[in-house]
Amino acid sequence: MIRRPLSLASAATIAALSLSGCVANQPARGETPTLTVTSTADGCAISASSAPSGSLVFSVENSGSQVTEFYLLAEDGLRIVGEVENIGPGISRDLVINALPGDYFTVCKPGMIGSGVGKAVFTVTDSGDASSLGGNLDEQVVTANVNYAAYVKDQVEQLVTGTEAFTSAYIAGDDDAARALYAPTRMHWERIETVAESFGDLDPRMDLREADLEEGQEWTGWHAMEKDLWPHDAEPGFTAYSPEKREALATGLVTDTNTLYSKVQKVEFSLDQLTNGAIGLMDEVASGKVTGEEEFWSHTDLWDFQANIDGAHVLFDGIRPVLDQKDPALAATLDTEFARLQNLLDEQRVGDGFRLYTDLSTSEIRALSDQVNALAEPLSRLTAAVLL
Amino acid sequence: MTEGTRALSRRGLLGLAGAGVAGVALGVGADRVALAMNGMSSPAQGSSATYPFFAQHQSGIVTPAQDRLHFAAFDIADITRTELIELLKDWTAAAARMTMGASAGEFGPAGGPYDAPPDDTGEALDLPAAGLTITFGFGPQLFDNRFGLASTRPAPLVDLPHFPGDALRPEVSDGDLCIQACSDDPQVAVHAIRNLSRIAFGRASIRWSQLGFGRTSSTSRAQSTPRNLFGFKDGTANLKSEDTSLINEQLWAHKNDGSAWMVGGSYLVARTIRMTIETWDRTSLREQEKVFGRNKGEGAPLSGGSEFTEPDFDLVGRGEAPLIDENSHVRLAHSDFHSGAQLLRRGYNFVDGNDELGRLNAGLFFLAYQRDPRTQFIPIQLALAKSDLLNEYIRHVGSAIFAVPPGCREGSYLGASLFGDDE
Repeated sequence: MIRRPLSLASAATIAALSLSGCVANQPARGETPTLTVTSTADGCAISASSAPSGSLVFSVENSGSQVTEFYLLAEDGLRIVGEVENIGPGISRDLVINALPGDYFTVCKPGMIGSGVGKAVFTVTDSGDASSLGGNLDEQVVTANVNYAAYVKDQVEQLVTGTEAFTSAYIAGDDDAARALYAPTRMHWERIETVAESFGDLDPRMDLREADLEEGQEWTGWHAMEKDLWPHDAEPGFTAYSPEKREALATGLVTDTNTLYSKVQKVEFSLDQLTNGAIGLMDEVASGKVTGEEEFWSHTDLWDFQANIDGAHVLFDGIRPVLDQKDPALAATLDTEFARLQNLLDEQRVGDGFRLYTDLSTSEIRALSDQVNALAEPLSRLTAAVLL
Repeated sequence: MTEGTRALSRRGLLGLAGAGVAGVALGVGADRVALAMNGMSSPAQGSSATYPFFAQHQSGIVTPAQDRLHFAAFDIADITRTELIELLKDWTAAAARMTMGASAGEFGPAGGPYDAPPDDTGEALDLPAAGLTITFGFGPQLFDNRFGLASTRPAPLVDLPHFPGDALRPEVSDGDLCIQACSDDPQVAVHAIRNLSRIAFGRASIRWSQLGFGRTSSTSRAQSTPRNLFGFKDGTANLKSEDTSLINEQLWAHKNDGSAWMVGGSYLVARTIRMTIETWDRTSLREQEKVFGRNKGEGAPLSGGSEFTEPDFDLVGRGEAPLIDENSHVRLAHSDFHSGAQLLRRGYNFVDGNDELGRLNAGLFFLAYQRDPRTQFIPIQLALAKSDLLNEYIRHVGSAIFAVPPGCREGSYLGASLFGDDE
């Protein structure tokens, strides 16, 4: 019983010494050691020149008059271990990293050009609690990017083929065939929705919902045809589209899909785009699909739901090797939550598809929504976990 | 408690006249005046503040935004023009009493004929006025053919257009009349709406109403900027009562705006904006600050400085990208991009229980006063509805617009100028 308070006391002393008092100004941060960095026109003052390995916070304040950046560089003075960019004058921003023992350099770059100012040696001492990172992360990130880009291209290829079949049936007036193709084809879009949305005005032309129209704006894309195919819930006085209008909508969608196809041939992704893509897809589920708002006329929301989850899962799988090293506990949690969500969705399967949203009971929707939150909450930590 | 304070108790005050004289004599022409009858000198004393009801402009607009809100929109029953005027007179009398901390009716909640229900509901019996203001407005529907007012509809009182993304529910939109009750005490604000609604039974009934538990705007430089439910300071650049020339130009209706009866009044746009806070809360700080264009801690624009530093939309960072995103909320709403147009915002946070998915039914009840929505709210909201990064996390579910007439003299009634009774 005597040793315990003693060891606590000595640990506290070490922390206080190595941090030069900078923790005292940031009581809210809890146990993460915090260093303050002051970037000026010609300096990059840091509150201590060393810190224990593990999680570290560099709280960077821009006291200069130009936009600044702060870098933590590896021993070679070149490789970037961590950075914060675009800090406006007078603004403070944190860099949180998981630092391994070793020698580093800190440097600020006011004006964002040149080799920076105030370059100083920074030492991370071995605290004994840093997780050791093995393997070649850079290589894994490259692999994840290449694989995801291939996935995106494959999905868009299938979207092109599916859209042609769907629009042919739609133009021909074969409404049953068009209705049968609608949801399965859209799944290829929904799987890569966050990528498709990144191409300016393609998304509003292809996937806009009626409520999102501006006054006077022409409504095109999937959902305009959806309403025509499922006019059951349409407003009184709604009349089926003329063959000319059908053809125009169909041709426009095919053209836009082909444009999307050519655009994704050249896409590349950064690590945070991959992780944020997974998070973005879950947000799509939470805000549009689980509420039944996306497929307002056809009620085929669960197809989109499944496709968003598919896309998020692919992204997660791709960066899985990185996450396994950085935060294996988070990886395990996400495995569990993805599986639970998939089980719930599987309960709603009918044949090759799903039950309609309008056939779900309130408690079934509630269960899906709760599980979306259960997955999305840990998933939202993914970017920080792999970038740390 | 001094004698002066006692004179304000809801039970003791028998007639309005005596108190009104003291308040109005000092308050003419000024919206923000301490009721001096009990010798208090400052309105900024929290629960003890009172604002005069009879004044050139209605109170509750440039009045320093109180902490709580109860807002109600009314549909008028099948009544005559004369009966409508009677309602406005009755509301005026009750509102004038309540804003001074008195009861809604002459006898109060614990007096009067023993075999009759009290003329005040009583829940504010021991409470001070707590800065209560009661502000009345007229919706576009009032100017149909029912009351012979069609020719007096002011041009700025337009029907709002459909904005992209609008998911409006008719049952929480529009209305013939509105009452905004603001106070630093929620019970006082609710008491006001409850009693005014009771007075209206048979003549008008509540169409929809909204409670607001925390102000999201400052209308005076003496107030700090509060935070919305996204945790950000919003409305740093709000019109404030101290900006007298801007207030004159952008808030109050003028003679040459077309409707003589509205001179000294203003136009109110109310929007119920649901926030999907659950999704927002799992968004990175980087994304959150990008969406607003300000940092979360201090509310400084991302181009640098502190909260009240003017944003520099041209300042670029890495890759020549602007530090303040082109589709950030602060940029799209900024007066630089709307020919200088500004709004006096007076919004409130709300959380009305939860929805069927277990998500908090939370949001912002947006209230904005202006001289002409056609050049102020509408173009600003069009820009926001089209491109605002925030749209991913919000949804407009309720909408209404009202002409808020000028204040009235003691002895007259709210809206008298509209009915040609303003002499």
